[in-house]
Amino acid sequence: MIYREAGDFKTSYTADNQTFPIRFDRTGYWVILIAAAFLVPFVITDYWASALLVPFLIYAIAALGLNILTGYCGQVSLGTGGFMAVGAYSAYKLMTAFPWMDMFTITILSGFITAAVGAAFGLPSLRIKGFYLAVATLAAQFFLVWMFNKVSWFYNYSASGQISAPERSVFGIVVTGPNTQAWAQYTFCLIFVVALAWVARNLTRGTVGRKWMAIRDMDIAAEIIGVNPLRAKLSAFAISSFFIGVSGSLFFTVYLGAVEVGEAFGIQKSFLVLFMVIIGGLGSIFGSFAGAAFLVLLPVVLKLVGVDLFGWPTDIVAHLNLVIVGGLIVFFLIVEPHGLAQLWRLTKEKLRLWPFPH
Amino acid sequence: MPDTLLFSMEVALNGLMAGVMYALVALGFVLIFKASGIFNYAQGVMALFAAMTLVGIQNGQVPFAHLINAIFGTKIHHFGWQVPALLAILLTVLVMAVFAWAVNRFVFSKLVNQEPIILFMATIGLAFFLEGVADLMWGSEIKTLDVGLPQGINTWIDETTLNAFGYGFFIDNLDIVATIIAALLVVGLVLFSQYTKQGRALRAVADDHQAALSVGISLNFIWVLVWSIAGFVALVAGIMWGAKSGVQFSLSLIALKALPVLMLGGFTSIPGAIVGGLIIGVGEKLFEFLIGQPYLGGATENWFAYVLALLFLVFRPQGLFGEKIIERV
Repeated sequence: MIYREAGDFKTSYTADNQTFPIRFDRTGYWVILIAAAFLVPFVITDYWASALLVPFLIYAIAALGLNILTGYCGQVSLGTGGFMAVGAYSAYKLMTAFPWMDMFTITILSGFITAAVGAAFGLPSLRIKGFYLAVATLAAQFFLVWMFNKVSWFYNYSASGQISAPERSVFGIVVTGPNTQAWAQYTFCLIFVVALAWVARNLTRGTVGRKWMAIRDMDIAAEIIGVNPLRAKLSAFAISSFFIGVSGSLFFTVYLGAVEVGEAFGIQKSFLVLFMVIIGGLGSIFGSFAGAAFLVLLPVVLKLVGVDLFGWPTDIVAHLNLVIVGGLIVFFLIVEPHGLAQLWRLTKEKLRLWPFPH
Repeated sequence: MPDTLLFSMEVALNGLMAGVMYALVALGFVLIFKASGIFNYAQGVMALFAAMTLVGIQNGQVPFAHLINAIFGTKIHHFGWQVPALLAILLTVLVMAVFAWAVNRFVFSKLVNQEPIILFMATIGLAFFLEGVADLMWGSEIKTLDVGLPQGINTWIDETTLNAFGYGFFIDNLDIVATIIAALLVVGLVLFSQYTKQGRALRAVADDHQAALSVGISLNFIWVLVWSIAGFVALVAGIMWGAKSGVQFSLSLIALKALPVLMLGGFTSIPGAIVGGLIIGVGEKLFEFLIGQPYLGGATENWFAYVLALLFLVFRPQGLFGEKIIERV
């Protein structure tokens, strides 16, 4: 009764093409957005920010980025960790070189730097396809991590090889460094998530996104109907890397504060983000959020149940986590290759007919 | 002879030996890819799992002991017997065969006709699953693997080269044994696929699934067979790597090293896997010795293989021995 398009008359093309065609969805979207922006910052505690909300928001940006590349443009990348490292290190260099710069500028600039690096590593994608490309992106992953380890200019010649974020602020509110309030961290990330999700949604349903999808479905056919594969693939690499760079930068500056490159941005990170995209749903904006939420939540829940409730040793719970994540990936690929997003879509279809399905 | 040249020769020889190890892992990949079109990312974890199972059986460890202890509060860990190496290897082969059956029954038979990239991602999931199971089953601490392979410097080579060049080459006995075993394994595989009934069926399936089905070859059986053989190859690789550097998590990372090897050699070619392995092995050791250490601060082995494969692929996308990629709309 409530979940219907009946009675909701559209009088313009703009209204007809909107993201949420059903009024219930629209209201839900605004309620969630307003709650996230004006309610959560006042009740958030340190634990909630550092264990759940901030990592969720940051991984959501990374998953959006990888989804643009893999889900929409069909180029499998295993270099996400390396590109996140580029974002983190460019943020660090910018923060230390220009102490007067505010964090918004720094984060966006580090996104652009990562976009340039990503486009450079995307060049081989014009010749190499499928698995071969997936393996070729491993070159980016390992080379970048090695470079940030070996070239001491990147970590300002510090003895430990670590980088740590100095205190920086936005409009007088501290957002990085040890003195940051939980709500400031959260709100700063939220602004980026909302803005970037809006950008991603509108890019993927416009000309650019349609070109990407044509390339994904069959690149030779796309070329024949007039899509320039060079521009389509490189723009996908650049824009996806921009997202991933922003998330890497936030991951270092806002979330962790201090980073050792091999540990924080290793190959495991690439797989984690890839899994978020698969579990959430390839080629879906909602899926990126669902996948990120799921994989951020899973270890926390397992730890609560395993360690705190049953009193099992932490290493066993960590191994169980691996088994469950691996099993879920296989399960999703068998039962629902389009991930949580597809489940959500099916639920919505059912809801529209409820309670009289016949 | 100048010293650098001698050192380089020694480094190249050691690189050849390392290349054999990569080739061993790559071989398992090629077998499965040829027969079923599945790009099996889990091959490295299979090597780890096989090696851990072997050590566990040898020492009479109780499987899932930690988990059982955690749930029931018991304190079991060992059965208290030692299993001889040969019997343990046989048992491990059996375990790998059961694993092959289970993977086909519960995962890949349900994924028939999916896109290759979906299958690839399924094997990544499988790799995580198997790694977790291996750790739960046998514990995650570093184990030493000893099945009686010779180890240490080969004194004969050391003395001969000392007499000939005035500088003794350091070659590990284990590497020599690994090379011999790898060679035997390849010869065995070639003989098997050329001269036995199952081997012929296997090649038929690799050539054309539907044609093979229509002449009465059971696809299910062949896939289980191929996964079992890949499991056996993984066990051999696991024994070699395990004896060299202990059975630990990093063993599964050699799977990643096998990927550039495959790209260089071509996914569908067994000789390609061997040659690719040797090129990568020698290449990365020589690069590290001649350029990496002196000019770039070392540890270039981490990425050299990938970058080499990347540059190579730009010029020849199907690899050295791969079948030419023909695309149609």
